[in-house]
Amino acid sequence: MSHKYWTSIEEKNNGVENLDKFQDEIPHNTSVQQLIQDDLSNKTTSRRNFLKWCGFTFASTAITTSCESPVKKAIPYLNKPEEVTPGKASFYATSFFDGEEYASVLVKTREGRPIKIEPNDLSTVTKGGSSARIQASVLSLYDRDNRYHHPLKEGKKISWEKMDEEVKQTLKNASSDGKEIALVTPNIISPSTRKLLSEFNEKYPTVNWIQYDPVSVSAMLDANKTSFGKRIIPSYHFDNARVIAGINADFLGTWLLPVDYTDQYIRNRKLEEGETNMSRHIQIESMMTLTGTNADQRMRIKPSEEGAVLVALYNELAMKAGQTSMQQNVQSPVDITQLADELYSNRKQALVVCGTNDYHHQLIVNAINQMLGSYGKTIDINTPINIRQAEDKSMPELMKRMGKGEVSATVFYDVDPLYDYPDADKLKEALKNTDVSVTLTTQANDTSKETLYVGAVNHYLESWGDAEPVKGKYSLAQPAIRRLYDTRQLEEVLLSWMEEDITFYDYLKNHWENTYFPEQNEYSSFRDFWSHTLQDGVFEPKYENRPRPSYSEKGLASSIQKAAKEQPSEELELILYEKVGIGNGKHANNPWLQELPDPVTKATWDNYVCLPPAYAKKHGIETEDVVEVNGVKIPALVQPGMADNVMAIAVGYGKHNTGKAASDVGVNAYPFINYNGGYKQYTRKGLTLSKTEEKYTLALTQSHHRMEGREIVRETNLETFVKDPESIKQKKHDTTLYKEREFEGHHWALVVDLNACTGCGACAIACQSENNVPVVGKEEVVKKRIMHWIRIDRYYKEDENSPEVVHQPVMCQHCDNAPCENVCPVAATTHSNEGLNQMSYNRCIGTKYCINNCPYKVRRFNWYKYAGNDKYGFNSAGEQGQMELNPDVTVRSRGVVEKCSFCVQRIQEKKEQAKLENRQLEDGEVTPACAQACPANALIFGDLNDPNSRVSQLLKSNRNYHLLEELHTKPSVSYMTKVRNMGAKIEA
Amino acid sequence: MYKEAIRGPLILGDKSFRQISADIIQPIDKRPPLWWKAAFGLSLAMLAMGAWAIYRTIFFGIGTWGVNNTVGWGWAIINFVWWIGIGHAGTAFSIFLLVLRQKWRTSINRAAEAMTVFAVMAAALFPALHMGRIWNFFFIFPYPNTRGPLWVNFNSPLFWDFVAITAYLLISVSFWYYGMVPDFATIRDRAKSKIKKAVYGVLAFGWTGSTKEWLRYENLSYVLGGIAAVLVVSVHSIVATDFAVSVIPGWHTTIFPPYFVVGAIFSGFAMVMTLMVIIRKIYKFQEYITDNHMDAIARILIFISLIMASSYLTEILIAWYSGNEYELFTFFHNRITGEYKFMFWAMITCNAIIPQLFWSKKIRRNLWAMFTISVIINIGMWYERFNIVVTSLANDYLPSSWTNYSPTLEEIGIFVGTIGLFIAGILLFFKYIPMMAINELKSVRDSGSKFRKKIEQMKIKEEDLI
Repeated sequence: MSHKYWTSIEEKNNGVENLDKFQDEIPHNTSVQQLIQDDLSNKTTSRRNFLKWCGFTFASTAITTSCESPVKKAIPYLNKPEEVTPGKASFYATSFFDGEEYASVLVKTREGRPIKIEPNDLSTVTKGGSSARIQASVLSLYDRDNRYHHPLKEGKKISWEKMDEEVKQTLKNASSDGKEIALVTPNIISPSTRKLLSEFNEKYPTVNWIQYDPVSVSAMLDANKTSFGKRIIPSYHFDNARVIAGINADFLGTWLLPVDYTDQYIRNRKLEEGETNMSRHIQIESMMTLTGTNADQRMRIKPSEEGAVLVALYNELAMKAGQTSMQQNVQSPVDITQLADELYSNRKQALVVCGTNDYHHQLIVNAINQMLGSYGKTIDINTPINIRQAEDKSMPELMKRMGKGEVSATVFYDVDPLYDYPDADKLKEALKNTDVSVTLTTQANDTSKETLYVGAVNHYLESWGDAEPVKGKYSLAQPAIRRLYDTRQLEEVLLSWMEEDITFYDYLKNHWENTYFPEQNEYSSFRDFWSHTLQDGVFEPKYENRPRPSYSEKGLASSIQKAAKEQPSEELELILYEKVGIGNGKHANNPWLQELPDPVTKATWDNYVCLPPAYAKKHGIETEDVVEVNGVKIPALVQPGMADNVMAIAVGYGKHNTGKAASDVGVNAYPFINYNGGYKQYTRKGLTLSKTEEKYTLALTQSHHRMEGREIVRETNLETFVKDPESIKQKKHDTTLYKEREFEGHHWALVVDLNACTGCGACAIACQSENNVPVVGKEEVVKKRIMHWIRIDRYYKEDENSPEVVHQPVMCQHCDNAPCENVCPVAATTHSNEGLNQMSYNRCIGTKYCINNCPYKVRRFNWYKYAGNDKYGFNSAGEQGQMELNPDVTVRSRGVVEKCSFCVQRIQEKKEQAKLENRQLEDGEVTPACAQACPANALIFGDLNDPNSRVSQLLKSNRNYHLLEELHTKPSVSYMTKVRNMGAKIEA
Repeated sequence: MYKEAIRGPLILGDKSFRQISADIIQPIDKRPPLWWKAAFGLSLAMLAMGAWAIYRTIFFGIGTWGVNNTVGWGWAIINFVWWIGIGHAGTAFSIFLLVLRQKWRTSINRAAEAMTVFAVMAAALFPALHMGRIWNFFFIFPYPNTRGPLWVNFNSPLFWDFVAITAYLLISVSFWYYGMVPDFATIRDRAKSKIKKAVYGVLAFGWTGSTKEWLRYENLSYVLGGIAAVLVVSVHSIVATDFAVSVIPGWHTTIFPPYFVVGAIFSGFAMVMTLMVIIRKIYKFQEYITDNHMDAIARILIFISLIMASSYLTEILIAWYSGNEYELFTFFHNRITGEYKFMFWAMITCNAIIPQLFWSKKIRRNLWAMFTISVIINIGMWYERFNIVVTSLANDYLPSSWTNYSPTLEEIGIFVGTIGLFIAGILLFFKYIPMMAINELKSVRDSGSKFRKKIEQMKIKEEDLI
């Protein structure tokens, strides 16, 4: 309350009210503000007041209505850039490498914006295939809540020049003081960057460059060094193998080069065109991996039993080969005699791979492969791959030196050890002893939050570069968009710190001119060579056969002794693994990957501890119960196929404050990793597990796992397939009284080869990217409202403890007699004259009748406004996210139904192109996004009206069948019966 | 023809014409009692909940419901079918009994028709609300347009559903209103307040009660009745085809149209019984709604209950006989023994077993028993619709998509809202509209005296008959 001053005795005595009355008569000093505050209801309106109010109303109306509403301008090009034609996509070849997975890709850009990643068919490494992570990488470019827009010092904005100056000074001081400068990077496969790094080292001699893999294969590198004298990973050739034994190696999912391996693996298993030979795959593993689900036969062992299995297998094979066996008393917990038989009888056509990070095991595997004559046949030791080269022991050593204060400056590039290093807390303490710490990163992470400087780094789609994933196979990387923010790529930062006055583009070109240009004779000028290579994206010169390093049995005896000593225990053992989508967690803030159902568990948006059904039953644990693993609370998921008393937790989760999609999703499992003999152990014993009373909802996209005896996935074994191929043919119930619809022109169809599909999920993400499919978030997935247009059903068969598994991609079947079409009251879904079942979003009023009447349940409803909605729009909300949208595909509004369109926009595009060129469409020219992304070529698309097309041919196969054929829906999608090779000797 | 000698009088006591008018109009003249106000307040509260739920649905989307990409229809459609079923009886009651010249309908048909109108209004809400884009509702009208012209899909039962519901609602309202015109004139003539006179005067359309008017009135009621009789059958058979033309196991059955119509009449008659018990008890109309009236409704319910039971059995038998693995699964695993077995057995118990109690005359004479059983029947009919809509969808062809469904507060809210709407409508009906057709009652006034005359002739004691 303010004090009231009185002006006269009258006012004081009579009160202010009376005075106000007097003042009202002379309202010259009444402001509008006062007028508004006055209680009008108590007033009689005078003519003056009335006019005043009128004036105020009119004036304010005039002012507010004359305010311009924001105008969105679409400005046409005055000078059109040479490569940009509005409405037409341009493709640029570049290389994807995230420190783990490599792919040569084409970036599809529209009006200067990268909108999709497509595989590069010219690469012999990824062979026109891709994975979910590769497909999803385009979205990270537009990550709206977790990308650094400029460099920071102590969390505050700083200019690059200032940062350069200060860091340079530190580097110089450290160099002159002889103190270490640690540079921690992921595995670098770029030859130019490697060269630059060595020059950087020359400039600052105390630089210690450390490559760091959160999930490593360090032991394998060392084992190969012992066996072959070179610390390398060889190239594997699954396509040359008749018998494949995978031992805890998820080579189709996450191990080394899964895209390449999937392609090779499938080559021997397609059974097309009268082929009757098929490789046999036996998987021995502790948890249910994607690879295990595809195996012809699967055996379950505990991690601690792996040593015994390997020793027993070695002995069995040694006996056959007439070599001396060692530690004969070792008994394998599973019967490996048949495996040994099959491997040995397929010598030089057999391959044994092991994914465990254990030196001794890897050494035994080398010996086994040597005995089987795999080297030179199924393993190419001369052509090493450059993926996952990190040495496990270098990080603990660095930490030790940091702790002692020997490290003056630490630069982390694109790594997040404060999150994914097992002893992250200790590392954080040690880091405080360094004078200056710098993080160079695209996305904010736990490490960047702790370092003095943060350098904002380009996304790969904004950068120049090259890659050599496999020795002698090069690829280039080029930017597909001008950098969105004030960022630099690593190489530019290094060049600037080296005070070199050269752009990295020129540096790269120089390196290629000096190193690779002479290696070819196709192009005579470097200009030609450069522009063609840049266009192709890959450069794969032919090499003469290099001499094979000789194998030595060094260390084998002691390794076998060590492996034999491993005591299989009854206690619970833990496996840490990478999920196919999330990997080591680098892409955790990519909502597409978070929402990708795990190929095996079908869970999204979380990690959990997988428990074998028998164990769960014994301890009364059910899926979604929260359990404590060594005090860490985590939901349980009962997973058929786990080895007894084994639990598995995925790494890559449990990040905090790292963007909307990644934050607080799951539990960080990296601290469970132990070091043993200098190697990170991804398995652990001696953990306790206890059930709590809590429940936690998991977002599972499939909750019923049996086929209920229905013929949904048809399956047979190789013996039947060869001996009695007619018997596997689907019985047709195909009759009708009505006239069948005929299609003139094209009649599109898709064939899904269930023998080829591994269930990896690349198709789902490719489709999501191509068709602007929204991310809906965990809550909506829990409500069974995931929007994916293509889903992969996974069923278990037989014993729940050790089931057989099948995968089946299901998308809109484009039925020629579609149940959805005739029930829509407003004819919003109709059949095209090319056999496509099409949705008219504008017409749809959302009765959901079609959703109900679809026997395949592939139709999706927009339950909420997903697009451009902050609550759901992880990617499509905000300006950045909208840049990723495919302008050829409508963004659906709330309340309409959507579903797979066979990528009708792609069909249209190719048809128009053919028309312009005045020719017929060729078979294989049109590929939907799913088929294009598939690393196994399991999806084949084409025209049924063309009798020579691949789909027409496949339709004639005995293996071909239609899903729910008996409903007479006449689907355009058909499936190829899955064939398992049960190892029986087959005489043709 | 109604044989008084066998079935007893339609109106008890010797009533004069004036007495009948006075009895029936009495609630309109009186101020509403406390229970009425309380019930009306409650129904408004329920309506408010419905309004909140509808606001949530329209402003945020169908996502606020519990339905998903496997179970696309949930409570909304269950309640739609349920209300439409209840809305069946009024018209069925009036028309079929009118055509069959069952005079005992006279004291019941008005209330039954009112019930129909409110129930169909409640039902009509759901198809509109369950649309994803309700603002494009008009797409379902087959109107000439500049988009091609783009017509609706005449193959879709959903379109015909819309046509049938609209037609049924219009005819029901006309039939109901038209029957009230002479009664409105009676109120007008008796009214003392000017306003009342004016309002009922407008509603009475200037009815004078001339012979010519009565003649036309009678003729028109047969014409409208004839049209409505067809619609009674068509509306629910078309609702049935919504399910029957689909490919979903448990939906794809040819028995559905008759089964649905009978089921609808069943639930409607049960609702009539509920209402009659309330009217008779509260307004003390036992002289007009006699024990014989209640008895007749109960007998009809037994009969329909038997038809329902045989329909259920037929469905199951055909599922078994077809050998179709999906149908076998839906009926035997999903419904009878599976996770939805509670709903299935609730349906069987409420609809096929409990109504058999009406075989006992004691129960047919006990108002409380009849009230309870009639409510149970409608609960059972709700479960029947749940069985049909949800269990078939939740587990259909591909087990990978199987899921379950539970409603959200919004869905429950809309249902509560429609119950509020129904109750509010009925209460307003009690207060402002004569609950029985006065003019028609007058036509059966003499049945009491005739009855006594007859039994005197036949020398039977009255007590032996009733």
